Amino acid sequence: METFEPEIVAFCCHYCAYTAADMAGSKRISYPSNVKIIRVPCTGKVDAIHLMKALEIGADGVYVAGCLAGDCHFKNGNVRAEARVNRVKKMLTELGWEPERVAMVKLSAGMGEQFAETARKFTETIRKLGPGPGKRTGIDDRAAS
Amino acid sequence: MITAEQKPMQEIIQYIAPYSKILLVGCNECVTVCAAGGRKEVGLLASALHLNHLKQGKTIDIKEITLERQCDPEYVEELAPYIDGVDAVVSMACGCGVQTVAGRYKKSPVFPAVNTRFMGASLGQGVWAERCKGCGDCVLGITGGICPVARCSKHLFNGPCGGTSNGQCEIGPETDCAWRLIWERLKELGMEDRYEDLMNAKDWRPGGAAGPGKIIREDLA
Amino acid sequence: MNTQSRLEKILASGELAVTSECGPPRGARPEKVKEKSALLKDHVDGINVTDNQTAMVRMSSFAAAVIIKQMGLDPIMQMVARDRNRLAMQSDIIGAYAFGINTMLCLSGDHAKFGDHPMAKGVFDIDSVQMINMVRRMRDDETFQGGAKIDGAPKMFIGAAANPFADPFELRVMRLAKKIKAGVDFIQTQCIFNLDKFEEWMKGVTDRGLDKKVHILAGITPMKSVGMARYMKNKVPGMDIPDTVIKRLEGVSKQQQPEEGIKMAVESIERIKQIKGVHGFHIMAIEWEEKVPQIVEQAGLYPRPKV
Repeated sequence: METFEPEIVAFCCHYCAYTAADMAGSKRISYPSNVKIIRVPCTGKVDAIHLMKALEIGADGVYVAGCLAGDCHFKNGNVRAEARVNRVKKMLTELGWEPERVAMVKLSAGMGEQFAETARKFTETIRKLGPGPGKRTGIDDRAAS
Repeated sequence: MITAEQKPMQEIIQYIAPYSKILLVGCNECVTVCAAGGRKEVGLLASALHLNHLKQGKTIDIKEITLERQCDPEYVEELAPYIDGVDAVVSMACGCGVQTVAGRYKKSPVFPAVNTRFMGASLGQGVWAERCKGCGDCVLGITGGICPVARCSKHLFNGPCGGTSNGQCEIGPETDCAWRLIWERLKELGMEDRYEDLMNAKDWRPGGAAGPGKIIREDLA
Repeated sequence: MNTQSRLEKILASGELAVTSECGPPRGARPEKVKEKSALLKDHVDGINVTDNQTAMVRMSSFAAAVIIKQMGLDPIMQMVARDRNRLAMQSDIIGAYAFGINTMLCLSGDHAKFGDHPMAKGVFDIDSVQMINMVRRMRDDETFQGGAKIDGAPKMFIGAAANPFADPFELRVMRLAKKIKAGVDFIQTQCIFNLDKFEEWMKGVTDRGLDKKVHILAGITPMKSVGMARYMKNKVPGMDIPDTVIKRLEGVSKQQQPEEGIKMAVESIERIKQIKGVHGFHIMAIEWEEKVPQIVEQAGLYPRPKV
């Protein structure tokens, strides 16, 4: 278990969290390299299936980073994303997995420091939980199917 | 449309526990619109079932397919090439679809993954409400376009009962009193005088009392 | 006169009628029916026997009505549309009539949600208005609802309920007219606490001359306590309890509340007697049957006329 390095997918909104990640980079605020960022035009675009598939094929944790409440560029994409994250949490619970493996966070474009902090905290949470569903039997090849 | 909701995950898991190759079949019609059993939900359920098996250190083969219409033999035929390669079928269609599949592929166990709820209409994103009971003798023409069979908790034809308060049904504030709605609509239409027409005891035969319903159109059959 | 009903005879005589009710026990305890009815026997012209009231299973109204009939009293058999289809209703009506039960009340019934079997499927084959019509045709046309002739038609005096307080208010007189059209003979109203509103409703009734076509018995319920008043105001569907009622009960000590409640019931009767078109009272003393004689006496409705 000591060698376990979590793999984390972060779906980041182009208008806020992704820019915040950029800012963290340009300010040289480091955050764990465990976090792989996927830029989305709006977190409203992130569906439950994206979170589930990520876990299924090897991610140990997934989070969605959208705009602050009321600040969505498309009105309420972040609200919808949060509802979907909650749905996936419920499904994971039903399946006996830890609901903490998925999360919703809200950031503004200027919150580079908070972005890094979120990444660190989430990585630690997942590190404590251990390997995710896809890691258990190492069926990473299903990523291709 | 026909509305449905996914069954509790554990119930589905128990159905398929003895099997390792599953054909998971969605439907492009009503259950797609009410987000219970369309392509998207098929993908999500497949993923959930994979996660379940991974938890137990097992794997499961799931072939995902979504038919144009699962209550139609023509489309159900599309499952033929896959059926011999699987141990069981899980259907995400309404009860009509499940039975059409089960009737066609007699050797495969077919399990429902959704609970069919009612014939309803969409009230907004993610909200559906019952609107029709399929009574077989539509009275909407004399009740101002609001159905007393589907929307009055007591199916009253000469309502409202004495339980209405603040315009809501006695069963709870989230249900409008159908007869309050009928009355308001009759007033809007200037048809108040129709309210006092007695509606006679209903003949329930067309709605199922005569046994399972069946329509045979001679010109089409 | 259409029937042998004692209630019909009283009403035909022009006297104010008095009815009360007896909720059957939740078990095979005939003595409970007898005890409750015995409390009422000299003070009322008919005893309503409720039919699985509030959707709780109880001894059937038919069976309890038979017990009351066998005591030489006059049961009014209630029947709800919730628990029976038209076959069961008609067979029970014939059966009841065979035991001499000649007065009944046709109701929709509280939704099963409120009772101890919320998972039950409500029948609602026909509604209360259609039930009235069915019973009338069984009596007057001697035919079943399905059309066949009855050999030995039940001659029921037909009652129904009316709630002047449920909304929409403007429909409440019209719905009464519908029940009259269906063939109802008498009406027992929902418990009256808002007398102004009841007067308004009665004005609507008399303006249309409906009081000439049906006998209206005003529903009276004595409040046992301020707690009961609050509960009825907040929890019982279709109930209209003005704040003045609650305030008045709050104004006396807890020990005095029952007596105050009875006083209020008697005052209500006195006032309602003055309203044109009211032909009697239906006193619903919920699990408090022993107080009915006192109310009847204090309201000047005793002794009951002999018919």
